[in-house]
Amino acid sequence: MIPTQFDYLAPTTVEEALAALAEHGDDAKIMAGGQSLLPVLRMRLNAPELVIDLGRIEALRGVRDDGDAVVIGAMTPHAAVGKDPLLAEHAALIPKAVEHLADAQIRHRGTFGGALAHADPAGDLGAPALALGAQFVIAGRGGTRTVAADDFFVDLFETAIGEDEILTEVRIPKHTGWGAHYEKFVRVAHQWPIVAVAAAVRVEGGTIAEARVGLTNMGNTPLRARAVEEALVGQPASEDAVRAAAARAADGTSPPSDLNGDADYRRHLATVVTRRAVLAAAGA
Amino acid sequence: MTATQERPAAEIGRDRRRKEDQRLITGRTRWTDNIVLPGMLHLAMVRSPFAHARITAIDTSAAKQATNVVGVFTGADFGESLGVNINAWPITPDQVAPVHSPMPTDRVAFAGEVVAVVVARSAAEARDAAELVDVDYDELPAALDLKAAAADEVLAHPDLGTNKSALWRFDSAEAGTGGNVDEAIAKARTDGIVIEREYRQQRLIPAFMEPRSVVVDPTGEQLTMWSATQIPHILRFALAATTGVPESKIRVIAPDVGGGFGGKLQTTPEEWIAWAVARRLGKPVKYTETRSESLLSGHHGRDQWQKLTLSAEKDGTVTGFKVELLADLGAYVSLVGGGVPVLGAFMFNAIYKFPAYQFNCQTVLTNKTWTDAYRGAGRPEATFAIERMMTELAAELGVDPLEIREKNWITHEEFPFTTVAGLEYDSGNYEAATARAKELFGYDELRAEQRRRREAGDTVQLGIGVSTFTEMCGLAPSRVLGQLDYGAGGWEHASVRMTATGKVEVAVGVSPHGQGHETAFSQIVADRLGVPFEDVEILHGDTQISHKGLDTYGSRSLVVGGEAVVRAADKVIEKARPIAAHLLEASVDDLEFAGGRFTVRGTDQGVGIGELATAVFTAHNLPDGVEPSLDSDATFDPVNFNYPHGTHLCAMEVDTETGQVRMRKYTCVDDIGNIINPLIVSGQVHGGLVQGIAQALWEEAVYDDAGTLVSGSFVDYLLPTAADTISFEIDHTTSPATTNTLGTKGVGEAGTIASTPAVVNAVVDAVRHLGVDDITMPCTPERVWRAINAAGSGGTTEGAAMPHFEAGGAAGNQETPGASSTQGGLQ
Ligand SMILES: Cc1cc2nc3c(=O)[nH]c(=O)nc-3n(C[C@H](O)[C@H](O)[C@H](O)COP(=O)(O)OP(=O)(O)OC[C@H]3O[C@@H](n4cnc5c(N)ncnc54)[C@H](O)[C@@H]3O)c2cc1C
Repeated sequence: MIPTQFDYLAPTTVEEALAALAEHGDDAKIMAGGQSLLPVLRMRLNAPELVIDLGRIEALRGVRDDGDAVVIGAMTPHAAVGKDPLLAEHAALIPKAVEHLADAQIRHRGTFGGALAHADPAGDLGAPALALGAQFVIAGRGGTRTVAADDFFVDLFETAIGEDEILTEVRIPKHTGWGAHYEKFVRVAHQWPIVAVAAAVRVEGGTIAEARVGLTNMGNTPLRARAVEEALVGQPASEDAVRAAAARAADGTSPPSDLNGDADYRRHLATVVTRRAVLAAAGA
Repeated sequence: MTATQERPAAEIGRDRRRKEDQRLITGRTRWTDNIVLPGMLHLAMVRSPFAHARITAIDTSAAKQATNVVGVFTGADFGESLGVNINAWPITPDQVAPVHSPMPTDRVAFAGEVVAVVVARSAAEARDAAELVDVDYDELPAALDLKAAAADEVLAHPDLGTNKSALWRFDSAEAGTGGNVDEAIAKARTDGIVIEREYRQQRLIPAFMEPRSVVVDPTGEQLTMWSATQIPHILRFALAATTGVPESKIRVIAPDVGGGFGGKLQTTPEEWIAWAVARRLGKPVKYTETRSESLLSGHHGRDQWQKLTLSAEKDGTVTGFKVELLADLGAYVSLVGGGVPVLGAFMFNAIYKFPAYQFNCQTVLTNKTWTDAYRGAGRPEATFAIERMMTELAAELGVDPLEIREKNWITHEEFPFTTVAGLEYDSGNYEAATARAKELFGYDELRAEQRRRREAGDTVQLGIGVSTFTEMCGLAPSRVLGQLDYGAGGWEHASVRMTATGKVEVAVGVSPHGQGHETAFSQIVADRLGVPFEDVEILHGDTQISHKGLDTYGSRSLVVGGEAVVRAADKVIEKARPIAAHLLEASVDDLEFAGGRFTVRGTDQGVGIGELATAVFTAHNLPDGVEPSLDSDATFDPVNFNYPHGTHLCAMEVDTETGQVRMRKYTCVDDIGNIINPLIVSGQVHGGLVQGIAQALWEEAVYDDAGTLVSGSFVDYLLPTAADTISFEIDHTTSPATTNTLGTKGVGEAGTIASTPAVVNAVVDAVRHLGVDDITMPCTPERVWRAINAAGSGGTTEGAAMPHFEAGGAAGNQETPGASSTQGGLQ
């Protein structure tokens, strides 16, 4: 598990990083926490000539309040996201998803932006980001642009980030007062989810007023379970009503088949896990 | 605390912390990979990506040009001097076995086989150059499925004409140890009960913590090999036997070794290649495998189909048991090879009084990684089969699974008992262990809860699994091994040396790799010689220091090696006696030895063993004709195997909506005879249980249709961590072994052997009322769910990995280098 030789650059500003990326193009690779990149390099699945480490760019780290959104710097480690009070108050789904992401060591090295940029369909952060309608701020040489979550995830390990761009921050619209739960189905504790469901609901007087449901590992990208969301609105936060809505969780999905379960089994799991996630989010 | 603590009279039985742990846990020790020698070169292996292919050309020219590359070699460069990897146990005289070259030149027989080696000044440069070795392959059809391979549909080695390696059989009627099993089954078909099942023992990977590593130093008079091995002595023998170097010119050292579980009970192609390269270049070389290489090419374990037929009378009295196994050898017949399933042959009858028994095992060659010993080796497979079958019999009769066991087991008054497989069990008390386990477990309360949940139709159902195991360990009486055509004996050796200052050095032939020998043996010697625990040093793992031994496996170190230590220590006392008498001016007959001192009966005169060691060192005043040495050797050959047993009870919760399983409670009461160190025993039991539970629930080596190992990293080969296990409740009953002085029984494999069927029995028990009577291991949620919903045992595992570390990613994607299939080198 020895990677091929590469040069290493640790810029302190986004501009420097972008300049290096522009100069080296295809031969360069961005490194955030390295928790996905390093295994790829060590297994020699990729051999960049230059690794650009974003670790020293302080501006990319931290969580801040910005009016109607909470903004998470791309280089904020999972562990910090997990215990951030702003997120706990306004976007509880995110820290709930981080709680069971990998193990403690990886949570201290791996970053919020790195995980989303990696776009592993089994990654735990895509579905919550999608469910909460996150906005992705991407910097390029010509300035920054903002991409909506619906457009960010393109395919397996592919996002809207261009080859010469860097994800700098993710804006999570506030969902203050919403109930949230991330239900992750695994065989062993430190595993990627076989299926997971991110649910956020706003309950008014026992009735579900709004619902957001994201699915992990039910297709090549994180997915919104829109049929479930629609079916939930206006329903009582009861076992029976949620069960009926959750039965539609696998509609329109095309989950993978692998060692941990085939597509049919995942479709079934999605309905059960969705029901449990929504009920927990609704506090029922 | 100021009070001086009295040293307790007995070290044996104390829960001493392991003296070796400080260095093992911090890593500040000599692991093989830590060894750095002047001018040392590094090796990287080029491995076949194909399960079965003809090698048509190997172009090493580009690799040879690469930076700091010293050489690139293929098998052709060495010819016969490379030696072969041997099989030490041809289980039948006509066993079919391919020649196992460490680096074949014409044909590869499994994905991961080494075809070339690159030697460079650094490991990174060697790895880089390995990518440049260009191998042309003509792919051949591969024999992958065990049953299809047994039918010779595709040949793993076309020249052999068959995949069937050996058929090994034991029949109690033929052996005169019991009746005719076919008659018993025929009778039961008319007026009794016949249970017929087919179980799968999935392929497992030993997954020791320290990857295999080897350093060879060809400078000096002896050639030295350091290896992360369980078997330095057997390794030295095999090097001498196959590479033409005289045994006396070979020194093998197993320094500290980080786990093995049977996975380092092997002589490996990588060791042979390192040996050949070092000799060729005259320079020290090192090779340390990566984790991927370890999972791919280190030997695997288990992998059997078990066809089982149990006959019984209507009251549940078993009348016969017939076992028909298919065992996957993989591509080559490894060191122990077909002997692994044969080690299970004597254990399918377990603790029961079966009147008739037959065992048949067909070993089969396939184009997969070779298989060999893995913790328990043969006995877990046997225990799984019988403990599942006894539970099925109980279910058929509608009685409690413990009741059916009690009806058939050997009662404690019946020991020593000769079984239908011809073994004599020396001691045991199944009633006592079971009674204690039931009490600790709260058996009746959990059964009541299970009933309540069933009646209420709870989503989460509860199941209780039983495993009343025994096993044969303490390998092994040499004569028995001879009868079984094993290529070596089963004795063990120890030397006890008294230093001038009264310290004690004990060189042992067993070779620890995490078990805690240094602590346990020190406790034994401290008691035997009456010296402080701290004054005893245990030396091992170097053929120049502990020159004789047969190494560590099969739960043998304490019960065979420990007995050699006892006997050598006793000889020291006997050698010291006349010297003590001389110095005390007393008659030998008037001396007593206790607490490390010889005293003259009825007086206060005495001399300590340490003082005698000094007296021998100066040799100024010894009796005439007495040699100036107390040092003593002993070689112990056991007269029998050793039979630990225990009752394991497991409660599992099954979520019927998802198939998810969760362990609720696990209790075991093991009878391992007298215990030297309870803390070490707990560690062995805990680790053993987890490994057995992991077979039941998580681990499986999966290949795809092309013969590629899909579970090739720990992302897909699911090893449990502490987060996945619960606190086990363990206790012991004690029936001392009668075949060694200390009355000890082996505990290294017990937990692994016992726990697998306890867990599966519990999972099946939780959903039996839903029409389920089997779930294939590992009992994944998917399989459990399918079993509940469609009956059947849950189907096979999909041969596809989760792709978490794709080459792709967001920015700056690029093509994978050297992705063409003819390029050499897996990482
Ligand atoms: C053993 C193990 C278990 C894991 N289990 C889980 C799990 O259960 N759930 C889960 O969600 N994840 C899991 N992960 C992945 C973990 O979350 C990683 O931290 C994450 O996927 C990558 O984050 P990183 O910061 O380490 O990014 P890196 O590995 O440094 O980068 C990942 C990819 O994103 C690109 N990239 C990174 N940052 C940027 C940026 N700012 N702009 C543009 N491109 C960028 C890199 O070039 C690279 O291609 C696991 C990882 C490991 C090793």
